[in-house]
Amino acid sequence: MSEYKGIRGAVWFKALTGQSAPLSGGPASVLAADAPLGNDTARFLCVVPNPEGRFPCARHGEVGLEEAYTLATRVREVIHEDNNTIKRPIIAIVDVKSQAYGRREETAGIFLAAAAAADAYGSARLAGHPIITLVVGHAFSGAFLTHGYQANRLLAFDDDGVMIHAMHKAAAARITRRSVESLEALGKTIAPLSYHIRDYAKLGLLHKLLHVENPEDPPQQEIQAVQKELITAIVDTRNSPVDLRSRMTSPGALDMRKTSIQVRNLLETQWAEIRHAQ
Amino acid sequence: MSEQRNDTKFINRQSFIELNARERAEILFDTGTSRELAGPFDRMESPWLAMQGVTPQADDGCVVMKGKISGQSTVVIALEGAFQGGSLGEVSGEKLTAALDLACADNEKGIRTNAVMLLETGGVRLQEANLGLASIAEIMASILVLRRHVPVICIIAGTVGCFGGMSLAAGLASYVVMTREARLGMNGPEVIEQTSGVEEFDSSDRALIWAIHGGEQRFAMGLADALVEDDAQQMVEAVQSFIAKGVPAVHRSSEIALYRSHIAALDASRQWDPKELRAIWKADVATEDTQ
Amino acid sequence: MEKIEFDYPAQHKVLKRAHVGVVGSGDLEVLLEPLEGDRAHVSIQTSVDGFKDTWKAVLDRFFAKYDGAVRIEIHDAGATPGSVLLRLEQAVEVSQR
Repeated sequence: MSEYKGIRGAVWFKALTGQSAPLSGGPASVLAADAPLGNDTARFLCVVPNPEGRFPCARHGEVGLEEAYTLATRVREVIHEDNNTIKRPIIAIVDVKSQAYGRREETAGIFLAAAAAADAYGSARLAGHPIITLVVGHAFSGAFLTHGYQANRLLAFDDDGVMIHAMHKAAAARITRRSVESLEALGKTIAPLSYHIRDYAKLGLLHKLLHVENPEDPPQQEIQAVQKELITAIVDTRNSPVDLRSRMTSPGALDMRKTSIQVRNLLETQWAEIRHAQ
Repeated sequence: MSEQRNDTKFINRQSFIELNARERAEILFDTGTSRELAGPFDRMESPWLAMQGVTPQADDGCVVMKGKISGQSTVVIALEGAFQGGSLGEVSGEKLTAALDLACADNEKGIRTNAVMLLETGGVRLQEANLGLASIAEIMASILVLRRHVPVICIIAGTVGCFGGMSLAAGLASYVVMTREARLGMNGPEVIEQTSGVEEFDSSDRALIWAIHGGEQRFAMGLADALVEDDAQQMVEAVQSFIAKGVPAVHRSSEIALYRSHIAALDASRQWDPKELRAIWKADVATEDTQ
Repeated sequence: MEKIEFDYPAQHKVLKRAHVGVVGSGDLEVLLEPLEGDRAHVSIQTSVDGFKDTWKAVLDRFFAKYDGAVRIEIHDAGATPGSVLLRLEQAVEVSQR
């Protein structure tokens, strides 16, 4: 397991956009830029640590109130501006520690801020914008729901520094009354519990795992390879429905989420029976 | 309204909170119209709990019922807070998502079908971790589509409240109905204390917890649309009134400019008395309503 | 978690199924369904290991008074014998409504 360093987001944002400054009017923790990607111009979004941030609990790569509402704003701009033109792809570069755990955040309704960002991403997807998430580092819990999990396609680096999970290990162990060691042992046989990205990939939620040699200082050829994968994912998205059902029809999902599929089939059958009876 | 409730049932006030998930769902429907889908005898249990030595429940803590409310076709999904804290696992999550999707498909065919979610949940079920988190993302995606057709009504009655990832689902709902015994927030006091320290949030301070997350505060800030007593009839009437109201012109989670300006105006150098926020935030909501 | 099964002789045909309870702390869920033949079958999943004798005692007591041909499935989260009996009786009552 790797500790969160908070450097990968900025590295990949720079690599893919050539820029490193936030747009004017936003906090320094949300990087946003439009940059060419294949034949498209794509909007790239990334949350990065900002030690100078206004909110003390959101200075180290957490997604807080400002980050969530700024992401929502930057996504909504794209929907608004592209109303009558080609729908710009939106690339969410993800390396987020967690949501912000603070009293100010709760008082000011961080749940709504997070929902607003997810609403914006989801609305953009429904409007036909290809949303591609590139997980370059950590993607935890509420932070990932806010920034990334509404995408049409999820891509992640096949690298030990990449981690997608519902809760950090120590907290998850405490709440489920286990030791960290026994949680790790369980993760070896129960894929949804695992903190390893290759186990996450087994769940069928990821579109693709991308091989990278040097995710914290990528050479040009590695950047180009990632760009190519993003372009392929955009093309794939444009030829597919705007919903998230691909996460349930992938080979991995057919195996790991077979109970989900049974549940859905049962509900469909019974729903139809009721309609005929009424 | 095609079917009226049996009013004699409500001569005496009946607690809503004391009802279990199945009873809460059932009581919202016009009398005798509800049918449960994927109920306990269908035995759609979590495949992940038993392998971790945790006893499963036959409905996985999620009740799906379809019937009529105010004579309109409606699906009600209720999470059982007493089972694993109402947490979302693979099965309960998919029941919720599939129910919303089926309602959506009917609406697209011209069969109007409303949706009500009764959320008593701490969020992701940690024994199913990444499948629970993925489920919540899918529930959110399904709410976003369905709420274009019909109001998606969220009830948080208590006593578990609505926390974690599912608080985002509540945030996406068309209307949120709460009681004074309910709480709504992303992070519970314990996890904030453990992560950010006791000086940030003292989780033993009950008054502070209710002042921030409680239904009265959420309603007073304009983050919930109705505050009702712990009374089944009031709950029924609230649901009926929001069904009658239909889809809001703008959903709260799409009011970016409004809330972004609220956040920008806050003095982040100190903690706030939650009551400070009531006057400022609610005033704007009231203004929006009259515009 | 432990799985335990018991069989009891039965006389009466049962017409309706019943579901009561929740797998919450100190409580249990009971699913009762009609079973063909002249026996009752009980299967238990409990989060508390090592109480097979106690379960037998509780069920012996219950089936001393009840002779329905049923399949009973119990999901237990550490209920006391008293709560178990209460839930079983409640399930029977619901099945007779």
